[in-house]
Amino acid sequence: MSVPVVEVLRWSRSSRVGTRIYVVAALALALLPLWGSASAQLTMIEILYYLSLAQMWNLLAGYAGLVSVGQQGLVGVSAYVLFVLAERNGIDPFLSIVLSGLFVAGLSIPIALFTFRLRGGYFAIGTWVIAEVLRLTTLRIDSLGAGNVQALTVKHTFAGYGLQARKDLIYYAALVLAVGATVIVVAVLRSRLGLALQAVRDDERGARGLGVNATRTKLVVWVIAAFWTGMTGALIHLQSATVTNKDAFDVLSWTALVVFIVVIGGVGSTLGPLIGVAIYWFITWRLEDASTWRFIILGAIAVLMAVVSRRGVDGLIQARKPFEVFPIRRRLRIDPGVGGQR
Amino acid sequence: MVWVNALIQGVLVGGLYALFATGLSLSFGVMRFVNLAHGDLAVLAAYLVLSWSGVVGGSYWLSMTLVVVVMAGIGYASQRGIFNFTLGADPLPGILASFGIGIVIQNALQEHFTATDKSIRLGSILTRSIKVTDDVSIGWFPLVILLVAVVVLSGLQLFLSFTKLGREFRATADDPKTAQLMGINDKHLYAVAMAIAFGAVALAGFFQGGRTTFAPTSGGLLLLFAFEAVVIGGLGSLWGTLAGGIVLGVTQSLANQQWIGSNSLAGHIVFLAVLAIRPSGLFGARERS
Amino acid sequence: MTHLLTIENLNAGYGDFQALFGLGIHVDRGEIVAIVGANGAGKSTLLRAIVGQVTMTGSIVFDGESLGSIPAHRRVGFGISLVPEGRKLFASLTVEENLLIGGHRTAAGRWNIEAVLDLFPLIRPLLKRQSDKLSGGEQQAIAIGRALMGNPRLLLLDEVSLGLAPVVVKGIYEALPGIVASGATVILVEQDIGVALGAADRVYCMLEGRVSLSGTPAELSREAIAAAYFGVA
Repeated sequence: MSVPVVEVLRWSRSSRVGTRIYVVAALALALLPLWGSASAQLTMIEILYYLSLAQMWNLLAGYAGLVSVGQQGLVGVSAYVLFVLAERNGIDPFLSIVLSGLFVAGLSIPIALFTFRLRGGYFAIGTWVIAEVLRLTTLRIDSLGAGNVQALTVKHTFAGYGLQARKDLIYYAALVLAVGATVIVVAVLRSRLGLALQAVRDDERGARGLGVNATRTKLVVWVIAAFWTGMTGALIHLQSATVTNKDAFDVLSWTALVVFIVVIGGVGSTLGPLIGVAIYWFITWRLEDASTWRFIILGAIAVLMAVVSRRGVDGLIQARKPFEVFPIRRRLRIDPGVGGQR
Repeated sequence: MVWVNALIQGVLVGGLYALFATGLSLSFGVMRFVNLAHGDLAVLAAYLVLSWSGVVGGSYWLSMTLVVVVMAGIGYASQRGIFNFTLGADPLPGILASFGIGIVIQNALQEHFTATDKSIRLGSILTRSIKVTDDVSIGWFPLVILLVAVVVLSGLQLFLSFTKLGREFRATADDPKTAQLMGINDKHLYAVAMAIAFGAVALAGFFQGGRTTFAPTSGGLLLLFAFEAVVIGGLGSLWGTLAGGIVLGVTQSLANQQWIGSNSLAGHIVFLAVLAIRPSGLFGARERS
Repeated sequence: MTHLLTIENLNAGYGDFQALFGLGIHVDRGEIVAIVGANGAGKSTLLRAIVGQVTMTGSIVFDGESLGSIPAHRRVGFGISLVPEGRKLFASLTVEENLLIGGHRTAAGRWNIEAVLDLFPLIRPLLKRQSDKLSGGEQQAIAIGRALMGNPRLLLLDEVSLGLAPVVVKGIYEALPGIVASGATVILVEQDIGVALGAADRVYCMLEGRVSLSGTPAELSREAIAAAYFGVA
């Protein structure tokens, strides 16, 4: 009797094709400033930063079971950190983006001390309370403008950058954040952390019994997502060049839309945010300026998805023809070996 | 004396917070469901009271009665038509569906009623008060709200403790599958709970609309207050919810007396402190393991 | 005369997992029928199919009526009560409330609290207690009492002896004749073959979702049962 050979396979035909398409698309977008119009570039920035926010929220809600509706708190804080660093202290704006992300990542640890005591729906509202605390605290700091519009000026924040360089660099920063967000999610899911997440998601008690530290696993993901969300929030405000308390901490823009994008595209699917952001862009484009209708329509679709198809549009497609865009799942190929019979 | 007055006002507004929290507490207790649209439903109810007062001859109180009944019906229908399909071990679908519904309500209100602040002008009851001393007076309207809140919460508690249907609620909360074996239709029971929750929050929305102004986006903050009352009081206890509402109201009122405009923030901070020090709530039973 | 319960060609399971394959049994009025089999043979799934809590195809006819499309919560009204595995008392209800709720949705009949207390006198001093702090035997008696409060014509008992001391099991099985005398037919699922054979009029042995053997205890040899139980030829 011969010993069967067992091999762990990561790549499949569809994930080879999918990853190639993804790389080609990213490269094409990297060259966009050469071939696209200025307005296309501007639209693309919005799509890219929403993609980044969506990937991070999906990592939290779809994979770690941390359904946050307080992402606006992280975005708001990062906006003010950017303002203090770049506008007030003359630190390079792009370095300030990274520093803002680090600040928010640090802040997310004490936040977890409170919110991790809550579960499910109460966790969600808890994150919203935290976002409110951050907003109200920021509002009470007079040196941050106490609710008035704060401008990121050419003279201070953008000192040394020409108009075109500034536009292109912001575009590339958005592209890096969006592509990076997807890469991070795929990398996390492929790592030991991803296995632990999946174990916790399937059966938290069982996972704990197997020695998985569920809280630590969730915390690591929580901090990673906070870091990336913080950087994205800073970039968003670097582009708009203004920081206002109300807009920076807006639950509709920085949480509701992000949630809708992911839920429509597919929660707990790496492809979901990509599909969702495309649908988001399409609906926004068709509706032009009707902002309330945008929320009504996207919200209604998201509710429908939550009830009917847990994995959103991706789930509906997968139900017909399963495929995988990124190489995450492990499959076993068992070669029974010569003469091995069953 | 200003502090005594602040304390009394805090207790009074605390009753309203408890009324806001009733439905949240009930639906969590019965079916472990957290409705993130809860605050937006209160705002919706307040707008409906305004819109429908013409239909019932101009009386806001009559309009409120109609709205409470209709909202209870909507609550029943939405549980059977939407939320029952999201129940299960994974809370995600329920959170997402209710969050989405809240945002849709908010924006639909904005589309239909514009973003301007509104209020329900109930007339002289809003200004009349009982004067205790020169510094301390108790408004009739806040007193009515507190009394209604106490009546609703104790009525609900008595209902759960001493009626057949209340017993079925408790049994279903424990174990819906076994409750089915007793002939209980859990799906119907959940919908009844949601009808009560919607009715109570509609009532709270009416009172809120009478005591202050509201706008389509006011719902988020109301959800947070309701949630804080539930957690401060302790999950799964309606008396705790009443106490939690009062603790929250008193905190906000006292803070506002010291630093004007700090009420919300102070309430959030007390909530976080309770969460950190006594996560099972001030008055809740320790969780069964 | 037709059987009280006739099950034919029953396929049932949970989600994608199928536990029963083309199963058929019948039960006559006034019988005590035992269903034995190893862990995972599908015994509990069969009971859950009768009360309507699993997805199924095939036919379940109770007293001339097809139950297939009747939702679970309405079946107790037909006179079918299940005592679930693990007792499953309602922890936040008192013992008395646990008994009362068993009769909430059914017509009055022979069984009431007094009758249950006569059958299981050990419950009497416990009525006002919370049900989650009682011994296994006490809980089992209450769970059976709760099912009887629905005045069942068919009483389904799922693993009543599990985790109980032999003397306690004996006490519970001694109550069975009184239950049958009240007009109930009993199906009991047991892993303990000895206990089951001692109490039953007829036995079905299940293996991997099918009936592997059936007959009266007197007809069946130990060896045949062991073979049917473990699937050894």
